[in-house]
Amino acid sequence: MPINITMPALSPTMEEGKLAKWNVKVGDTVEPGDIIAEIETDKATMEVEAVDEGTVAKILVDAGSEGVKVNAVIAILAEEGEDAKSITGPAKQVAKPADTKPSKPAPKEKEASATKAAPKATPPSETPSSDTKGGRIFASPLAKRLAAKKNIDLSTLKGSGPRGRIVEKDVEAAEQGKITASIASSASVPAGDGSLIMPQVLDDRVYAPDSYELKPLDGMRRTVARRLTESFMQVPHFPLNVDIRLDGLLAARAGINKSAPEGVKISVNDMLIKAAALALMDEPDCNASYSDNGIAYHKSAHISVAVAIDGGLITPVIRNAERKGLAEISREMKDLATRAKERKLKPQEYMGGTFSISNLGMFGIKSFGSIINPPEGMILSVGAGEKRPVVTDENDLEIATVMSVTLSCDHRVIGGAEGAKWILAFKRYVESPESMLL
Amino acid sequence: MANSANQFDVIIIGSGPGGYATAIRSSQLGMKTAIVERDALGGVCLNWGCIPTKALLRTSEVFHLMESAEAFGLGKVKPEAHIGKIVERSRGVAKQLSNGVAFLMKKNKVTVIEGTGSLKPGKPAPQVVVKDGKGAGEYSAKHVIVATGARARTIPAAGLEPDGERIWTYREAMTPKEMPKSLLVIGSGAIGIEFASFYKTLGVDVTVVEAVDRILPVEDVEISTLAEQQFTKQGMKFLKGAQVKSLKKSAKDVTATISLKDGKTETIKTDRVILAVGIVGNVENLGLEALGAKIEKTHIVVDGFGRTGVPGLYAIGDIAGPPWLAHKATHEGVICVENIAGQKPHAFKNDNIPGCTYSMPQIASVGLTEEKAKATGKKLKIGRFPYIGNGKAIALGDSNGMIKTIFDAESGALLGAHMVGAEVTELIQGFVIARQAELTEAELMETIFAHPTLSEMMHESVLDAFDRAIHI
Repeated sequence: MPINITMPALSPTMEEGKLAKWNVKVGDTVEPGDIIAEIETDKATMEVEAVDEGTVAKILVDAGSEGVKVNAVIAILAEEGEDAKSITGPAKQVAKPADTKPSKPAPKEKEASATKAAPKATPPSETPSSDTKGGRIFASPLAKRLAAKKNIDLSTLKGSGPRGRIVEKDVEAAEQGKITASIASSASVPAGDGSLIMPQVLDDRVYAPDSYELKPLDGMRRTVARRLTESFMQVPHFPLNVDIRLDGLLAARAGINKSAPEGVKISVNDMLIKAAALALMDEPDCNASYSDNGIAYHKSAHISVAVAIDGGLITPVIRNAERKGLAEISREMKDLATRAKERKLKPQEYMGGTFSISNLGMFGIKSFGSIINPPEGMILSVGAGEKRPVVTDENDLEIATVMSVTLSCDHRVIGGAEGAKWILAFKRYVESPESMLL
Repeated sequence: MANSANQFDVIIIGSGPGGYATAIRSSQLGMKTAIVERDALGGVCLNWGCIPTKALLRTSEVFHLMESAEAFGLGKVKPEAHIGKIVERSRGVAKQLSNGVAFLMKKNKVTVIEGTGSLKPGKPAPQVVVKDGKGAGEYSAKHVIVATGARARTIPAAGLEPDGERIWTYREAMTPKEMPKSLLVIGSGAIGIEFASFYKTLGVDVTVVEAVDRILPVEDVEISTLAEQQFTKQGMKFLKGAQVKSLKKSAKDVTATISLKDGKTETIKTDRVILAVGIVGNVENLGLEALGAKIEKTHIVVDGFGRTGVPGLYAIGDIAGPPWLAHKATHEGVICVENIAGQKPHAFKNDNIPGCTYSMPQIASVGLTEEKAKATGKKLKIGRFPYIGNGKAIALGDSNGMIKTIFDAESGALLGAHMVGAEVTELIQGFVIARQAELTEAELMETIFAHPTLSEMMHESVLDAFDRAIHI
């Protein structure tokens, strides 16, 4: 019996994704564990492993197809001894991931129409929108279906039809990058009251279209733009900054790395991650997220670390950093950063942080303020460690390695005093790194 | 000279279905509105086009039903066509509707200016000069809308010119004094085919000449082929890919010299000729050239809001270009005045305008033909359902026809719908709404169609496009 290979869900909320690449072709033999395809969501690329062995009989979804629904049959394997050429359509079984054994025979009539309709006809016209909490999105059935196919989030479009209804041409305009769209709210905030900002298009009279190159927004750019705009406009930010001496931390780091086993090399950033996590445990009021239902105080410190990658920005998360040793943080960070650059992170690896760190020290930036990564309550901007003259408690002038950090806080959740307490705790850990051992 | 009685916000020249509807909408929007008409209110459509021809075609339909009485279990009847009475009824219908427009103008406080309007330069809009009527004088308005319509195209060089006796345009064709013995219809568009059908049904020997190789050339090939088969069965003759080179009149008939598809020439003697070779816009004697309005192929060039580029001057309807349909004119006019009034209407688009031919059988369509749909490069799903599979059609005793639907296989968009058969001119609207609302095959499939109705065939055609038709 032929085996259906279905579109996997990369995260519990994923409804559809892009089939980026096939690593096999019809006729290839696959074994369990073979990487057969790559799936892309707005932020990550993930490999699809074969669960069963067999011969690829049919590929139903072309590489590069966007908006492939989770659980849609994407390919069919012929089992050993089966003639791959005799397979014309998906196996008659309820569409489920391939690893489920076809134990219960599906009701016959239903399956016949389902299998006939599924890949050949058209996908169901469902609203692909992530935004279901807010007001209903008004869009024509055709617009909904086109948006689903082209992987365009309807909630990001502004409708030009009657009463703002989204129609076919709005979706087409969005696809061509001629965005009449405005950037709208995401899943974390109820929309309903419409768009946030005016449409943003360059005026042809001011910037001649041939005077620049227009690069269409990909999923990541779109997401970054939407989330940051939303954060900057909705979250009342305030900054706190402080200078921190690094001499103690640098000395400790040198000592640790000297005695560390082969292959372990702790970075300053690894130590700052740990210090931030411990400071959050000391000041639990700061490990918080605003929500309309109340303020969520997180029990663990999941530290998001901003990583610049080609074509955007992503924030892999070190989970439970307060409980992890430096070596473990270091190893995890290296792995996450490498895979982030290849766009191979799974959604659960870049979502769910409770606090962010962004470090531009390597560029020599002295200090800067970051935009909060919602729904996190704070983000720490780390400047370059540099030699500066310092007046000691004894009124002596010393040369010390100092860095300036800026903490951006969501004032709905964190008051000035709480933010200050956290930053002092963080400073204590950095200036006296041995306290991290306690 | 100018006094407040002669000053308006909007003046519309021409009271056809474009002009009068635009005047009503303009007045609804609070603008002081006047309409200039040189003839009867309602224009060609009400007086010399859509409506009186529908009255004639109803007569031929009743005639046909009477002839078929025996098949319905009634006694045998031999109907007689009294052409004078038939025309009288048709004129009565036109008169009733024209009076209706006069009432609507009054009700909506639209000033009717009787006379022939023309334009001369002025500010902020051209000045309207009216002559030859009770309303003679000069009028000014902030916005002037030209809705003077169109008339039958003639080709005098080949004798394709009406003489009111033997060579007719639609106007003479709908008011014959006697029944022609034989008829040559030049042109197989909607107008030509409707007259051909009317006269054929009443027993006239009818030949239709068409320059391209099929009749009803704007319709889907499959539909026009089916229609041709029906007409041929009724005894209508067609000369396709043929051109009338000359018409020569004698005391008792007309001799038409026709060059045929194969290069040969044929001469036909006929009692009467109807010219239906298209129409030309009424752009003359309006003073448009002096104002700087751009005219191309007898039509004023306008944008999606009827603007001509001349400040304060607009054009709508037939004079603003094809398709030459009353409902297109009305729609354009409403957009034009709504835009003038500062509302935000959508610019006119001509991709969802239904076309109807009221012959027997009827033909109706909207959107792309199969040929044009293929040319877009899209993958198509095409559904067809024949009248013979529909209970209501069989009960009506009218089981010839087909409903065809064309979908984009990828998106499920309804690209086009094409129909031939009984009452399809009433059915087409369902698909026009579907297209306007951007429904896909899924919504159409989920819709419940009343049984037994002809409209069930619309459902079946959609189902057939996705291999799910029930009754075929």
